[in-house]
Amino acid sequence: MTATAVAPRLHDLRRRRFLVLTGLLAALGLAVVLSITIGAKSVPLPDAWRALTDPTGTENDIVIRSLRLPRTALGVLAGLALGVAGALMQGHTRNPLADPGLLGVTQGAAFAMVSSIILLGAQSLFAYIWFGLAGALLASVGVFALGMVGGRGGPTPVTLALAGTAVSAFLYGLTSAIVLLDEQAMDVFRFWQAGSIAARGADVVWQVLPFIVAGLVLAMANTPGLNALSLGEDVARGLGQNIALTRAVGVTAVTLLTGASVAACGALAFVGLLVPHLTRPLSGTDHRWLVPYSGLAGAALLLLADVIGRVVAPPGELEVGVVLALIGAPFFVALVRRRKPVRL
Amino acid sequence: MRLQAAGVTLGYGERTVVENLDLGVHSGTVTTIIGPNGCGKSTLLRALGRLLKPQGGEVLLDGKRIDRMPTREVAKVLGVLPQAPTAPEGLTVADLVARGRHPHQTWYRQWSSDDEAAVGRALDMTGLADLAERPLDELSGGQRQRAWISMALAQGTDLLLLDEPTTFLDLAHQVEVLELVRQLHREASRTIVMVLHDLNLAARYADRLVAMREGQVVAAGDPHDVLTEDLLREVFDLDAKVIPDPVAGTPLVVPIGPRSRP
Repeated sequence: MTATAVAPRLHDLRRRRFLVLTGLLAALGLAVVLSITIGAKSVPLPDAWRALTDPTGTENDIVIRSLRLPRTALGVLAGLALGVAGALMQGHTRNPLADPGLLGVTQGAAFAMVSSIILLGAQSLFAYIWFGLAGALLASVGVFALGMVGGRGGPTPVTLALAGTAVSAFLYGLTSAIVLLDEQAMDVFRFWQAGSIAARGADVVWQVLPFIVAGLVLAMANTPGLNALSLGEDVARGLGQNIALTRAVGVTAVTLLTGASVAACGALAFVGLLVPHLTRPLSGTDHRWLVPYSGLAGAALLLLADVIGRVVAPPGELEVGVVLALIGAPFFVALVRRRKPVRL
Repeated sequence: MRLQAAGVTLGYGERTVVENLDLGVHSGTVTTIIGPNGCGKSTLLRALGRLLKPQGGEVLLDGKRIDRMPTREVAKVLGVLPQAPTAPEGLTVADLVARGRHPHQTWYRQWSSDDEAAVGRALDMTGLADLAERPLDELSGGQRQRAWISMALAQGTDLLLLDEPTTFLDLAHQVEVLELVRQLHREASRTIVMVLHDLNLAARYADRLVAMREGQVVAAGDPHDVLTEDLLREVFDLDAKVIPDPVAGTPLVVPIGPRSRP
């Protein structure tokens, strides 16, 4: 092969990557259609379409527009966010077992939500979510600050993971104490902890949207730097990458994405652990592709799990977090055992 | 003078490894740093490549302070290959080499025909074009090291810093890598600074040898002038005979034993 013969290979590769991207988009589209039409009351596709484009106030129209549509939109957003955050987190820590909750975000959100109930008497789900989001961001800032203590030249993935584990354990203890003492807090907490995208309403979707969009933009901007970092810090520096900036952008993106998702939907961070293992065989080690693939796959997976949860135990529903754990865990074990362990 | 350390003091935290050291690298030369383990030669190379910030003094690239230049601009003229770099599993040779183009890419322009040409040239030059699609972890140690050098070449810099590029390689592969370095130097008159352990190979492949001990430059100059029996005793605590290399005519070190007490 000569210099000119490398070109067709690269073009082939790029075409393959766009094909995979198209495939994942199609899978997500299918999941969206299923999520809108299937449930306790199934709506045929033509009726669903009419409800979206030309509503006349029928029962189907109301179900679709006020329940299914926000639920599906929230599922897409949270799935995108958690898939992307998981891929970033595993890339930054070079640890295939890292999940986006590693920075204390999940426990920060939980603690802030239950605190808001007993201290401020917060009543609506809308209010909890603001507190959850604030708690997630604060916990992450705290972890970042702790991770910097004693380190030379900024926090490393190891100091961040240690600080995140410690902060999570501490906050979990406080949360447990509160929910044991306060019945109303317990009630909110147990549903939040299971993880669900049901009954959230369109206002919740609009509430988390700006955070998730900002997080996705930062995440995509972070991917070339992450590629350089995956060759080791010295090589990345030699290639002209600013390490501290790359880490800070990555941590900010993970915090925004995970914070918004867990505040709105509960403890679903497992999606972020699982999804990059599905998409890495498709993308290889290039984060510029791994990250968007993981977002699309995360969204499709979350919606499909939600749809399964709606039909599996009529007349009730299983929370999407429960379905994800029940299906995802065995699947994850099989996946990890089938392939040779992936080093990042 | 392409690259210069002016009175640099280097260390990690409290520990000072190099104190107030001066070194100049001339354009178009191969400079090789030798010295016993722990003498600070890798630390010095890291500082020259702005991977380590000096605690005192300054590093100058083309007369300008390297720490005040945008790191991405530095990366367009200066390539650094650290000791024993590691790549993520499954990364192919072509992907690794393509990552050398990082400093030339922006968020809106990720891949250009310049990038493609540079990667192709780098693969050809290191003789890796046929292995381009193989994962790095399936290659031999020598091929892997050539792939990393190829990445540094794709970066398109005329200044290259190599930290022990021959570590963990058998003699044949060491020679293979150093022949490649010589070829890079001769064909494009690149300026190369490297750290080597093997004194005989260092003498053969360097225009200029720099001998270090305990964070200080003890001698610097033509290999014939630097690699003497006296210097080996002083720098390496080694009693040795130095004879002309029957192949290249450069100094050849034949060890006798640890330095005898006078």
